[in-house]
Amino acid sequence: MHLTLEFGGGLELLCDSVKIHNVDVELKKGLEKLTMKDLLAWVRTNLIKERPEMFMKGDTVRPGVLVLVNDCDWELSGQLETTLQEKDVVVFISTLHGG
Amino acid sequence: MESNGDDAARIVAELETLKSAKSDIDSRIRALEAQLRDLNLQKPAVCANGSCHSGGSAVGSALAHGLSPDMIYRYSRHLLLSSFGVQGQSKLVKSSILVVGAGGLGAPALMYLAASGVGRLGIVDHDVVELNNMHRQVIHTEAFIGQPKVKSAAAACRSINSSIQVVEHQEALRTSNAIEIMSQYDIVVDATDNAPSRYMISDCCVVLGRPLVSGAALGLEGQLTVYNYNGGPCYRCLFPTPPPATACQRCSDNGVLGVVPGIVGCLQALEAIKIASAIGEPLSGRMLLLDALSARVRIVCYQLVKIRGKSIHCEVCGESTKFTKEQFKNFDYENFTQSPLSAAPLKLNLLSEESRISSSEFKEKVTKGEPYVLIDVRPGHHFKIVSLPNAMNIPLSTLEGRLPEISSALKEEEHRRSSESSESPIVGLYVMCRRGNDSQRAVQLLQSMGFPSAKDIVGGLEGWAREVDPDLPTY
Repeated sequence: MHLTLEFGGGLELLCDSVKIHNVDVELKKGLEKLTMKDLLAWVRTNLIKERPEMFMKGDTVRPGVLVLVNDCDWELSGQLETTLQEKDVVVFISTLHGG
Repeated sequence: MESNGDDAARIVAELETLKSAKSDIDSRIRALEAQLRDLNLQKPAVCANGSCHSGGSAVGSALAHGLSPDMIYRYSRHLLLSSFGVQGQSKLVKSSILVVGAGGLGAPALMYLAASGVGRLGIVDHDVVELNNMHRQVIHTEAFIGQPKVKSAAAACRSINSSIQVVEHQEALRTSNAIEIMSQYDIVVDATDNAPSRYMISDCCVVLGRPLVSGAALGLEGQLTVYNYNGGPCYRCLFPTPPPATACQRCSDNGVLGVVPGIVGCLQALEAIKIASAIGEPLSGRMLLLDALSARVRIVCYQLVKIRGKSIHCEVCGESTKFTKEQFKNFDYENFTQSPLSAAPLKLNLLSEESRISSSEFKEKVTKGEPYVLIDVRPGHHFKIVSLPNAMNIPLSTLEGRLPEISSALKEEEHRRSSESSESPIVGLYVMCRRGNDSQRAVQLLQSMGFPSAKDIVGGLEGWAREVDPDLPTY
């Protein structure tokens, strides 16, 4: 499944300072759909190069990270249970505090 | 050369005298301006410009919307906007807005809010103007370096628009004073620079029922949203659990391109003006994300699982919860977020005395000619700004993989020295960084990886500039 993943607010530093990743994620055998839970595990294994605790806590993102699926908060689509579609855009943004 | 020194001393003395005279005159001007404003407030508004119209019917009807002839002329371009007009401007001149923080975000926000004619504009800040603020905090001028930001910002706002009331709150916002200060205003603009302040301001806005225009900027990115507007979500609906303290980067550590908070601050002024004048659609339940480097602006939707827009589960504004003023006053925001309310730099103390050395002691060893290897563990782009002579740059993040380089540097120095004298020298290993925190982490790592004699230079380059060489540039 082809997806566009974007990292911002400093999270890109965890994946070689690259903000936009066009990726192909293969569905696990026997499964028909890809959920955000599957995607997070995939991101952690394949994209996060350092300090994974700055991205994830348990099987979800750490506090202070907004997850947007096609520009909408994943709270609106079911968080970890959100089912992804071909060509979806998933954005991970760390909230900023500076000023 | 000596006459040069005399000239310099004379110029410095004359500058001091002039600056002191200027400061006296400035404070006299401010006092007189304040007196005049008070007098004008007591008179009918139409007399403010000195051309007193004596109750003609045209003026009488013009006053129905509450705008004086002066205001009509000053804000004419606002009044010409059909979607804003006299209704918008009348609401704006009757409104009051509090800006918390007169820094990179607050600077442009305050200037535009003052210019637009917000009736009463409050400024909270406890900091003083510094030279390294100037590239982004465009409200301050060099003449105010060393003076409170509140004074500097208020003077700038008054010089833009002397017809509005500017209120100075020269103090840090705390749970003990937040309710009293924030309750005096209709709208709050969060232009602070740290996580605990953001939670505190949002909670206080919920307790007081005030809309909150929240902006943030760091590096080349900015974020903007409106909280607690008309039943909309609050900061805690979105971020119920604070991020780990290590995830909260600060402009003073990570840098910020001056214009980025400028853009976000301007957008904060815009949202505050829209709310005050009741026009348009505020950025509530949505967040604007600015990525300056790639020139991308994205507006995302975060309207939560909702009862009238709020998160049902929110501990502060949720349906079944009632966060009271008492609870607010007793809430420990620094403990909640595990980070301080002021953006003061961290001061770690990880090592024992014998693993540390002061800058002046280190300088003494260098002067005596003792052999040493100096590792500077700052990131490469910091090292390029300024570094000590003979320092090797091995950033902390790469240290573990580059230990062999340290071993060979030590061996090389030992070899070089032993060829100079018959005794076999002991080569010291010293580690420094910018302020003396990362160097302690590095020494801990080195000591655990076979370099037990590694020592941290206390206070880093900043300590060196303070104790040894005041001419060393700091940043």
